Amino acid sequence: MKVVGKNVTKIDAFKLARGEPVFTDDFTRDGMLYAKVLRSPHPHARILNVDAGAALKLEGVVDVIWHRDVKPIPHTRAGQSYPEPSPYDTLILGPKARFIGDRVAVVVAESVALAEAALDKIVVEYEELPALTDMDEAFTNSEILIHEEPDPQGISEAGKTNIAARIDKEVGDVDAALKTCDLVVTRDYHLPRVQASHIEPHISIAWVDEDQRLIVRTSTQVPFHLRRMLAQILEIPEARIRVIKPRVGGGFGDKQELVVEDLVGVLALRTGRPVRLEFTREEELIAARYRHPQRITMTTGVMKDGTIVANRMYVLADTGAYGSHALTVQGNTGQKVLPMYPAANIHFKMDCVYTNNPISGAFRGYGAPQGCFALECHIDEVARELGMDRLELRLKNHIKLGDTDPLSAKLGEGKEGLVRVVNSTGLDKAIELGCEAIGWGHEKEPSATHLKRGLGMALAMQGSGIAGVDWGGATVKLNDDGSVNLAVGATDIGQGSDTVLAQMCAEELGIPYDKVIILSSDTDLTPFDVGAYASSTTYISGGAVVKAAAEVRGQLAGVLGPHWECEPDAIVFADGMATGPAGKSMTMGEVALFALYQAMIQPMATASHMSNDSPPPFAAQFAEVEVDTETGQVHVRRFVSAVDCGTPIHPIMVEGQIEGAVAQGLGYALFEEVLLDRTGRVLNPNFLDYKIASSLDVPDMVTILVETDEPTGPYGAKAAGEVPIDGPAPAIVNAICDAVGVRMYRIPATAERVWRGLKEETR
Amino acid sequence: MNISFNLNGSATNLEVAPGESLLQALRASRVFSVKLGCETGDCGSCTVLLDGQPVNSCMVVAARVNGSHVTTMEGLLGDDLMIRLQTELVEHGAVQCGYCIPGLLISLYALVKQGPSCGGEIDEEVIRHALTGNLCRCTGYVKPVEAARAVVAAMEVPK
Ligand code: FES
Ligand code: FES
Repeated sequence: MKVVGKNVTKIDAFKLARGEPVFTDDFTRDGMLYAKVLRSPHPHARILNVDAGAALKLEGVVDVIWHRDVKPIPHTRAGQSYPEPSPYDTLILGPKARFIGDRVAVVVAESVALAEAALDKIVVEYEELPALTDMDEAFTNSEILIHEEPDPQGISEAGKTNIAARIDKEVGDVDAALKTCDLVVTRDYHLPRVQASHIEPHISIAWVDEDQRLIVRTSTQVPFHLRRMLAQILEIPEARIRVIKPRVGGGFGDKQELVVEDLVGVLALRTGRPVRLEFTREEELIAARYRHPQRITMTTGVMKDGTIVANRMYVLADTGAYGSHALTVQGNTGQKVLPMYPAANIHFKMDCVYTNNPISGAFRGYGAPQGCFALECHIDEVARELGMDRLELRLKNHIKLGDTDPLSAKLGEGKEGLVRVVNSTGLDKAIELGCEAIGWGHEKEPSATHLKRGLGMALAMQGSGIAGVDWGGATVKLNDDGSVNLAVGATDIGQGSDTVLAQMCAEELGIPYDKVIILSSDTDLTPFDVGAYASSTTYISGGAVVKAAAEVRGQLAGVLGPHWECEPDAIVFADGMATGPAGKSMTMGEVALFALYQAMIQPMATASHMSNDSPPPFAAQFAEVEVDTETGQVHVRRFVSAVDCGTPIHPIMVEGQIEGAVAQGLGYALFEEVLLDRTGRVLNPNFLDYKIASSLDVPDMVTILVETDEPTGPYGAKAAGEVPIDGPAPAIVNAICDAVGVRMYRIPATAERVWRGLKEETR
Repeated sequence: MNISFNLNGSATNLEVAPGESLLQALRASRVFSVKLGCETGDCGSCTVLLDGQPVNSCMVVAARVNGSHVTTMEGLLGDDLMIRLQTELVEHGAVQCGYCIPGLLISLYALVKQGPSCGGEIDEEVIRHALTGNLCRCTGYVKPVEAARAVVAAMEVPK
């Protein structure tokens, strides 16, 4: 392997480090207008009237729109493949506000300051309605309906309850099996509301060009889904829409959703002028999306020898005011997590309810971090009750090579899925190397008497794309000098997919990596791709690149064979050369000239790739913590991640994915939580009060790549982006318990919560 | 109001509104390396050098820089130390989405150029302290810190 597996220079890194104008907002158009959203101060209210007269009188205020001005077309903003497994419960601007922060009206003006000034002048007449902000109450209360609209498509129990989605699937018979077990352990786990907090906010600029087409330059993970959704809700044909994705300053799932693009689209069409809308950080923390808060009840039945016989997971989740991803995130909580211990009897049930809280949605890990927290804490609890070593219990029960995962077939992505077989796993090796790196089994001396040290671990698995749903296309075109244009629909949002896909293209054609010119995610210029989510890009889009490049290689062999009087198959492409039998050879530049000017063909191919498989990457993660028994402060001293993502295409970028995920997981474990008051108002919508990890918060990290060869993946690759975010929270919380004997059933494990736990312990 | 200051080595006149921040004024003048992440002084993606000191430009009223020197990434593209920092960050894989990177680089540049405020060596601890104001959601800071250490290690420390 010449390029794949090597740490080539990330394709966009220098221009980013030089601060070149490559992001959505590093761009202006003459006559650009600025939009601002007026948000509801009430958790639940009808919007009876909006009086924008005074606002429109301000010089420089161009337009104000509210629900009377836009056609009510129910849709979902989820940003998934069509038909979406999310309810059509959303309007661009609706007659009802469903959370504090919901859209009420939108202003466009000549400057941001003017638009902000205009917001203050708009007078709205509301009819306040009783609100539900507690998910248990929302689950049982069917007097107050958050979505009572006449024809809401796809809501689980539309018009009757507040349940947005439910699942109830069983393999075997859990109730019967539990009766035969030596020990049954049941516990509740509570997961907080956290936010992706990409540093670049949501931002879009839209304008109508000279051909009357709507051009949308936007920071998105799903340009092609976005074009389809915009066509649907703006009622203009896809042919009149072009979505351009420049560099994106992080997404983590939060930019899978359509959060601002519909508004700039509507306003650009209405005003005929370019319109820009950027979220403030406050809006990010109120009106973007969160990881779903959940309460998970785990019930596990084991035999004395540690065999797990039955596992039940019940999830109650809060989707907030709208149900995008309600079904599938919660489905993932079971599907991506429970197969870790393939007991004969598994029951997964979930209810996801609407509330008058801000909206939950996609966030890296997509339900699995919640499920993994519950399961991996629970395994420690079971081990403790059983009097068995927690590592041994895991080793005895975890999923092995060749095991099938019957739950995946039952759950799928909102429909019956496909049976998953484990074709590659480095989990045992990951556990072994991780244990060694953290010093498992070796007691460590705390650094002071009031400090206690502990170790914890967690196992995690995820998927590589959505089996049978995700697909992507790639086009490879050879130029005169032997360079190639690679056009992909796959969406680089900072994770480095452009680099990885260029590496695969270079490898397949036997050319140097710097001969690949990549263009990604412009709906006019590149093939389709579902976009950057579900850990699909390397595995799925990579498959398309490999196919397209191989086809171009075949075309070249096809013209060189007759010329060299040899079988096309006898020609080898490597090191920038084509080499045939009998000493025949040409540089790739010569091959290109020959193809273009003698054979007169454009060597070029487009290929598509999907997979009915979604091979799980695996992670074994370990934390060493020190707990201050006087203050409850937890200090993570070391964190080890041993990850099997198949064959790493670009090892240091994989490490970077893991390290970044650990930092996010650390926040989930210890300090990140969006706090709401009883009315659903966000109390900490800024980076001072909603704290994400800084350079001083992150522990000493050890990252180990456990290489395996996934037979269904391009060059043996599986996914890497999500699996490492699953384990940090349970590993850290298990380590806290190991250190001080306090089980944190609720995260984040803030100093105050740990301190309270210590108090109760000693009582 | 009109302000005049030195921007990246050139005398510059700008018309700014009373409450306008330096971040807004710079971006409106197409100085796009200075990024907006929060506008509350918490993320550091808008870091610039104001008379040589790293500051969050979103927290500086533009009018205040009248008569000062402001340096952004655009003004350091030919600077040897900045090029070394950029190269090490890139080669260590420290640039993921890159949105935080120009601001982070400005903080590192100031640190390496001036040395730690308390004197002494630039070790990992000092680097981590210098970067606390630069939030990065992608990298977990491991590779940015490694890259900075590589730059420091490669420099001859003047006695
Ligand atoms: S934008 Fe200035 S500190 Fe975040
Ligand atoms: S590289 Fe993305 S925020 Fe730092």
